[in-house]
Amino acid sequence: MLEITNLHATVADKPILNGVSLNVPAGEVHAIMGPNGSGKSTLAYVLAGRPGYEVSEGGATFLGRDLLAMEPHERAAAGLFLGFQYPVEIPGVSMLQFVREALNTQRRARGEAELSGAEFIKLAREQAKLLGMDAEMLKRPVNVGFSGGEKKRAEMVQMGIINPKFAVLDETDSGLDIDALKSVGAGINRIMRGPDKGVLLITHYQRLLDYVEPDKVHVLNAGRIVRSGGPELAKELEREGYVEAAA
Amino acid sequence: MNEAVKNRELRDKIAQDYEWGFVSDVEQEFAPKGLNEDTVRFISGKKGEPEWMLDWRLKAFRAWLEMEEVTWAKLDIPEIDYQDAYYYAAPKTKPKLASLDELDPEIRRTYEKLGIPIEEQKVLAGVEGAARVAVDAVFDSVSVATTFREELKKAGVIFLSISEAIREHPELVKKYLGSVVPQRDNYFACLNSAVFSDGTFVYVPEGVRCPMELSTYFRINAENTGQFERTLIVADKGSYVSYLEGCTAPMRDENQLHAAVVEIFAHEDAEVKYSTVQNWYPGDKEGKGGIFNFVTKRALCSGDRSKVSWTQVETGSAITWKYPSCILKGDGSVGEFYSVALTNNRQQADTGTKMIHIGANTRSTIVSKGISAGRSNNTYRGLVRVLPRAENVRNFTQCDSLLLGSDCGAHTVPYIEVKNPTAQIEHEATTSKISEDQLFYAMSRGLDAESAVALIVNGFAREVLKQLPMEFAVEAQKLLGISLEGSVG
Repeated sequence: MLEITNLHATVADKPILNGVSLNVPAGEVHAIMGPNGSGKSTLAYVLAGRPGYEVSEGGATFLGRDLLAMEPHERAAAGLFLGFQYPVEIPGVSMLQFVREALNTQRRARGEAELSGAEFIKLAREQAKLLGMDAEMLKRPVNVGFSGGEKKRAEMVQMGIINPKFAVLDETDSGLDIDALKSVGAGINRIMRGPDKGVLLITHYQRLLDYVEPDKVHVLNAGRIVRSGGPELAKELEREGYVEAAA
Repeated sequence: MNEAVKNRELRDKIAQDYEWGFVSDVEQEFAPKGLNEDTVRFISGKKGEPEWMLDWRLKAFRAWLEMEEVTWAKLDIPEIDYQDAYYYAAPKTKPKLASLDELDPEIRRTYEKLGIPIEEQKVLAGVEGAARVAVDAVFDSVSVATTFREELKKAGVIFLSISEAIREHPELVKKYLGSVVPQRDNYFACLNSAVFSDGTFVYVPEGVRCPMELSTYFRINAENTGQFERTLIVADKGSYVSYLEGCTAPMRDENQLHAAVVEIFAHEDAEVKYSTVQNWYPGDKEGKGGIFNFVTKRALCSGDRSKVSWTQVETGSAITWKYPSCILKGDGSVGEFYSVALTNNRQQADTGTKMIHIGANTRSTIVSKGISAGRSNNTYRGLVRVLPRAENVRNFTQCDSLLLGSDCGAHTVPYIEVKNPTAQIEHEATTSKISEDQLFYAMSRGLDAESAVALIVNGFAREVLKQLPMEFAVEAQKLLGISLEGSVG
């Protein structure tokens, strides 16, 4: 579903990714783990098409299409979703307004009918409820005044509403207490587990993987994948630390 | 991407053509080119004005000859040749119409292209349950159609073109015309007093809540024709009225001068809401053409507890010079100013407000949102003045500026003069660049760059937009998006 081949990327002329190759088939959840500065977030941004993250070598395809040739919004319409490590505040724009415009723009791009206001609000309320978010929060400006945990939960609500084919989740577990972690984990399983879906779960810690069991775990270090394995690799990392595991 | 490359790309993309630049073909009747006493007499004569009105105009004209143009604004105004313009143009239409259906089809098509709100179209077609918005359509200089007059009449509200009001209600016009903005107030107001072509007169009698929003669409159509609209709104004791003004203009190469005057007189316990969406032709991306918009808008909160609220969304014109103000004379009177001013390409705007606190317990609120893109310059200029006998005055001012790109300018020039120690004055100001984080966040959710900018800018301006009546707010939101299309790459 997502195939990354020998991907090299630079940020401000500094090489960050130094040849990442990765294949996530449909129906699988892959976890990317690694120490700070190993290039995890850069990989997420490159996949989503953030300006300033330049690919110098290699490539990536998504559902057979050249991912890197697409604009960020085209990637979204193709079914790619990025869950942000630090969700961004947009003052004056309610979450409802924001996600509705996002979803309907995607649907238009795919030649699907837009959702009416009523259909959308029903969907948004359902998703908020499933993730344990007060529906009143949907009326508040995007991420403004949200706590760290609320922001992450709100990202998952957005994901639930948009219902993407593939999600790249960048440290979605950071800043969550144990209850929030459980409900976010359940949300990821509910929204993204399916034969034609896929997830790249970027995380620093094993704990989210207790709730979302990955099919594969990859260790990223200095911009390369240095080890790959099954779920047991995450536990080993937790036990022995990255230095040991990467050695 | 380095800054220079980004700026270049930005500049290339800030190339939104003016969507509504077209010229409709309606026969015009011009006053001879140039400005002298004969021009003033021609205009007055054309409109069949009484002697006192002509005298008033001539007095203004003579005063204007001795005045000088305004130079203190942060504007680069090219020299204007006042003798090289026409001061009167009226469409040659049939006499008064009963409804807009009888309007010249060419004019109607013009309105349709402009997308004059569906609600109004519905009202005009007599659709049941449509919002009641009365339209006093000003096509170029003369009101060619006035609707809903009868229903307003039932409520006792007078809603006429100013020319009609001069004929039908001379005592009211005589009493209030120039009472808020004196002839000699400033160069452009004085010019307007001499040559104003038409405009609107509203009188809401004591205790009457005007049954509908009053709406006027201004539009400049004839080449080289100055527009000198004159609006006078009088709200008698305990009355309420909401007035909407919207403008667009066709594309032209030559600069066009516009010098309007709006006067609002609010008696005891009266409330007036005045909303503007201004989208006159801003000139091309090199700054060629475009309207010069030199407007004097002022309200006198004369009676105790009166309230006037100005809301403006300014996206058009090559040059904007405009400070809708409130003189808070009555004790406990309230003045509000909510403004969004957007400039792109080579546009220049110097706009803001004056809140003059004369009465005790007077309050004012100023919320200004400036958005600059391209190579434009956008200045907020505001005065809060508290006079010695004005006890317990409160003012809150918030000025936010948003920059798109690094070739544009945003300036904030607040003047605060407080002569009474009991006053509480608050001033907050911020300047920010549109954030790449916000843009990328929105784009990663599926919005293209232009929609993302429009969304973020609308969020930035929300506090002001929500002050607008619903149908106007929708239009204004679209307008902000359209005006910024291509401004970020």
